[in-house]
Amino acid sequence: MIPEIGEFALIIAFFLSVVLALVPMYGASTANDMWMSYAKPLAMGQFLFVIISFVCLGYAFSQDDFSVVYVAQHSNSQMPIQFKLSAIWGGHEGSLLLWALILTGWTFAVSRFSKALPLDMLARVLSVMGIVATGFISFLLITSSPFARYLPRFPADGADLNPLLQDFGLIVHPPMLYMGYVGFSVAFAFAIAALLSGRMDAAWARWARPWTNIAWAFLGMGITLGSWWAYYELGWGGWWFWDPVENASLMPWLVGTALVHSLAATEKRGVFKSWTLLLAIFAFSLSLLGTFLVRSGVLTSVHAFASDPERGFFILMLLAVTMGGSLTLYALKAPNVKSESSFSWLSREVLLLVNNVFLTVMAITVLLGTLYPLLIDALGQGKISVGPPYFNAVFVPIMCTMALAMGVSIAVRWRETTLQSVLNKLWKPAVLSILIGLGFPFIYGNGFDARVFLGISVGLWIISTVGTEFIGKFRNTQSITNRLRQLPLSYYGMMVAHVGVAVTAIGITLVTSYSEERDMSMHKGDTVEIAGYQFTFQGTHVVKGANYMADQATIEVVEDGQPVATLRPEKRRYNVKNAMMTEADIDASLFRDLYVALGEPLEQGAWAVRMHYKPYVRWLWLGGILMALGGLLTVADKRYRQSSPNQEARHA
Amino acid sequence: MLLSSFLLSAAIDVYKFDDPEKEKRFHQLAFELRCPKCQNQNIADSNAEIAQDLRTKIYQMLNADKNDNEIVDYMVERYGDFVLYEPRVKPQTYLLWYGPGLFLLLGLVVVVLIIRSRKKAYNDTHNHEPSLSNSEAKALDALLKTKQGKKQ
Amino acid sequence: MPRVLLFVPLLLFMILAGFLWKGLSIDPRELPSALIDKPFPEFSLASLQQPDRILTKQDFLGQPVIVNVWATWCPSCRQEHEQLLVIDQTGEIPIIGLNYKDERDLALQWLQQLGNPYQFNIFDEQGMLGLDLGVYGAPETYLLDAQGIVRHRYVGVLTAQDWQELKLMIKGWDSVKN
Repeated sequence: MIPEIGEFALIIAFFLSVVLALVPMYGASTANDMWMSYAKPLAMGQFLFVIISFVCLGYAFSQDDFSVVYVAQHSNSQMPIQFKLSAIWGGHEGSLLLWALILTGWTFAVSRFSKALPLDMLARVLSVMGIVATGFISFLLITSSPFARYLPRFPADGADLNPLLQDFGLIVHPPMLYMGYVGFSVAFAFAIAALLSGRMDAAWARWARPWTNIAWAFLGMGITLGSWWAYYELGWGGWWFWDPVENASLMPWLVGTALVHSLAATEKRGVFKSWTLLLAIFAFSLSLLGTFLVRSGVLTSVHAFASDPERGFFILMLLAVTMGGSLTLYALKAPNVKSESSFSWLSREVLLLVNNVFLTVMAITVLLGTLYPLLIDALGQGKISVGPPYFNAVFVPIMCTMALAMGVSIAVRWRETTLQSVLNKLWKPAVLSILIGLGFPFIYGNGFDARVFLGISVGLWIISTVGTEFIGKFRNTQSITNRLRQLPLSYYGMMVAHVGVAVTAIGITLVTSYSEERDMSMHKGDTVEIAGYQFTFQGTHVVKGANYMADQATIEVVEDGQPVATLRPEKRRYNVKNAMMTEADIDASLFRDLYVALGEPLEQGAWAVRMHYKPYVRWLWLGGILMALGGLLTVADKRYRQSSPNQEARHA
Repeated sequence: MLLSSFLLSAAIDVYKFDDPEKEKRFHQLAFELRCPKCQNQNIADSNAEIAQDLRTKIYQMLNADKNDNEIVDYMVERYGDFVLYEPRVKPQTYLLWYGPGLFLLLGLVVVVLIIRSRKKAYNDTHNHEPSLSNSEAKALDALLKTKQGKKQ
Repeated sequence: MPRVLLFVPLLLFMILAGFLWKGLSIDPRELPSALIDKPFPEFSLASLQQPDRILTKQDFLGQPVIVNVWATWCPSCRQEHEQLLVIDQTGEIPIIGLNYKDERDLALQWLQQLGNPYQFNIFDEQGMLGLDLGVYGAPETYLLDAQGIVRHRYVGVLTAQDWQELKLMIKGWDSVKN
C-alpha cells in the first residue's frame, strides 16, 4: 500500500509541477498578479508531495518490503539500518527521486527566501524550475519508477547493496553532490527569467549570487567527499581517476567557479552581462549532461548506474529541450549592447575575464577528454581510451597558469590599476614563493624536483598574495579588531576559498611526488620499512560483522622506536552475494597518512599486504573544505540578508 | 563472463623485482594500460583474470629487459589502441591533444579583442563630451583615484 | 558583436547532441579484435585429447575455420555449446576449439558429457595463445579465412543470429573467389 501512495504522490507532484511551469509564467507575461501568486504555493505543494513519495520509499526500505523491485535489488534484511536508508539513492530510480526531492526543495527555498524579488521575476524563476521538475518527475514516472512491484510473487530477501556502498560515504556523498548539482538550476532559472523578462541589468546577478554560491559550495563539498570516500574505500590509495562520472561532477563545478566570479563582475560593475547569462545556462546544462552520461550507458564507468538506452533517450530529450530551448532563447534575447563602463588593461575586470577563459577551457578540456572515445567511435574510427595520463598532462599546466593569474588578481583593482602598484604588491610574494619552492624539495625530499618546485611555488604564491593583501588592509588602522569586523564577510570568503585552492594544490603536489608504496608478501613477525616507519605484520584473526565475515590483520607501526599506530585492515566476505571486499585501515594525520590494505592469503600463512605512505594527502580535501567554506561565507555577508525592497534600493 | 566470487577491491600482487627502477616502471605501465574487459579500470587496479595475466606478462617482459615502448606495442598489437589510457598522437587525436592549448589561446585572443573594442566604443561615445581643461582633468583624476581607493 | 555569433553555443550544442544520439546506439564495451585482417598468431601447443600431439597453425590452414575460445569455468560457454553442435551438424565449416586456461580432466569430461563439436582442441593452459590472440574473456569466437587471416570476432555467447551472419560472410568470400 505504501509504495502505491509513493507513486501516487509522485503523480500529484507531476501535475503540480506542470501547473507551476505554466501558470505563473503566463501570469508574468500578461502581468496578472493573481496567476503569478500561485507560484509560491505550487512550489510548496510540489515539494511536499515529493517528500511524501521519498518517505514512502524510505519506509519500504526500512520495513524490508521486498515486493518493491527497487528495494529487493538494493537491500537485504541483514543490512544495518543506516545503509538500508541510504540505499534509497544507491541505484538509478531512487537517486532520481533524490534528484527530484532536492530540486523541489531548492524551488521551495527560492519561493521562501526571495522577499526582495519583484513578483514577475519570482514567478518566472519558479516556473522555470517547475519546467525542470516536470521533466524529471515525468522521467521517473515513465521510465524509472522506484515503486515498481514484484507482485504476486516476490523474493524472500533482497539482493544486497554492493558492499562498496555499505559505508558512511554513501550516506553523505550523493546528497551533498546533488545539492550542488541540482542547485545550479536556480542560477539557470534566474538567467532564463532575466532573458524572458528582458530585464538583464545587474539586479538579476545580485539575486542569483547567493543561490549560486551555495550550490557551488555544496558541489565542491560533494566532490571532495567523493574523492575522500574513494580513497579509503577502494583500497589502492587513489583519490581521483578522471572517470567519466567523476568528470561529470567536475565540469559543472569548473563552470560554476567561473560563474561565481562572473556574477561578481556583473553585479558590481554591470559588465559581461551576456557572458554571465551564458555561463549560468552552461553550468546547469553540464549538470544535465552529467546526468545523461551517468545513466545512459554511453560511457563505461565503474560508477555508472545500470544503463538502458531507453532511459538514455529520455534524458537526451530532456537535455535537448532544456539546453536547446535555453540557448535559442539566449541567442534571440541576450543583450548585445555593451555596458557603459570601461576598464583598462590592468584591471580586475580583465583578470576576471582571464579567470573565466581558463576555467571554461578547463571544463571544455575535461569534456573533450571524456567524450573523445565516443566521438571517435561514432565516426567509425575505432575504439580508443582517454584516461589519467592524458588529463594530468593537459589539465595541470592550465591549472598552474591560472594560479599565477590568481595571485595577480588579488593586487588589481576594478577599472584600472597602475602597473607600479601591482608590482609593488607582488614582488615580495613572488620572491618568497620561488625561494621556498626551490628550497623545499631539498629539505623535504632528496634534491631538486621540478614538479614539487612548481606546485609549492604556485601554492605559496596564492597564499602569500592573499596574505599580503590582507595585511595591507591594516596599514592605517588603530584598532585591529575593529578592522577585522569591518571587512565584509564576502572578503573573508574570497580569501578562504583562494587559500583552499592553494592548499589543495600543495596537497596534490606533495602526495604525488613523495608517496611511497610497497606490496609485500608478509608472514607473522615480518617487518617492512617505508619512509622511516616500520610496519610489522602480526597475523590475522577472524571477525564477524553485521552481514559479513572477515579476516582482520594486525599491523603495528613504529617510528624511531616509538609506537605510532596499530592498523587493522580487513578482508571481508559479505554473506548475501558472497562478495569479497578489502577494507583498508588508515592512520590519518594532517601531515601524512599511513595506509594498509590486505590482499590475498598466500602459502604458509603469509598474506599479500599493501602499505602506503601518503604525505599531505589530507590537504587535498582540507582545501576542498576551505573552498566550500569560503563560498558559504560570501553568502553570509549581510548584503544578502535583505528583508525588504527598500534596503535593496539603497544598495543598488 | 564468469566470476566465481567477485572481488571488489584492488589487486595486490607480490612480484619481486631485482631492480627498483623496474618496479617503478611496472607500476607506471600498469597505471597506463587499460584492462580490456573491465568497467574503466587500469590493469593495476583490476582483479579480472585478464588483468592479472597482463600484469604477469609485463613483469616477465621487464625481467627480459624489454623497454617500455616494446611492452606497450606488444599490448596494442593484441588489444588495440583501446588499451592505452594515454592516446597516441596521430591525426585522429590532434584535436584531443592540441585542442585545449588552442582553445586557451583563442580565449585569450578573444579577451584582448573584447577589451580593445570596448575601449574604442567607450572613446567614441565619450569623444562627444566637452573636453576638460588640464586642471579640471587633473582634479577629476584625483577624485577618481580616491574613490577607487575607498572601494575594497 | 553581430547577433549571429550568439547562435554559436546553440550550434555547438546541436552537434554535441548529434554525437550523443549516435552514442546511444553504440556499445562502449564492445571491443573489436585488434587482429582483424591480420594472421592468426603462430603457436605450438598440445592437443587436448591427445597430449602427445603438438598442434600448430598448419593444422587448420587451407580452408575457412571457426576458432572457439572456451573453458569449463565459463557458464556462457555452456550456453553456447548447443549452437556449436548445431553448426558442427551442418558441416559447413569446421570448428577448432581453444581450451583457455582450463584443466585437462574437466575439459575432457565436459566434452564427453555435452558433446564435442570441435575437430580438435588446442590446450592453452597458460593462456599464452589467448594473450597473443587478444582474448580477454571466454567465450569468444573467431572467423578465419583459408589463409588463416582473422576476419571477425564475436565476444560472448554465439547465437543463432551470429551464425546466420557468419554464413553470409563465408558466402561472400565464395562469390569473390568466383
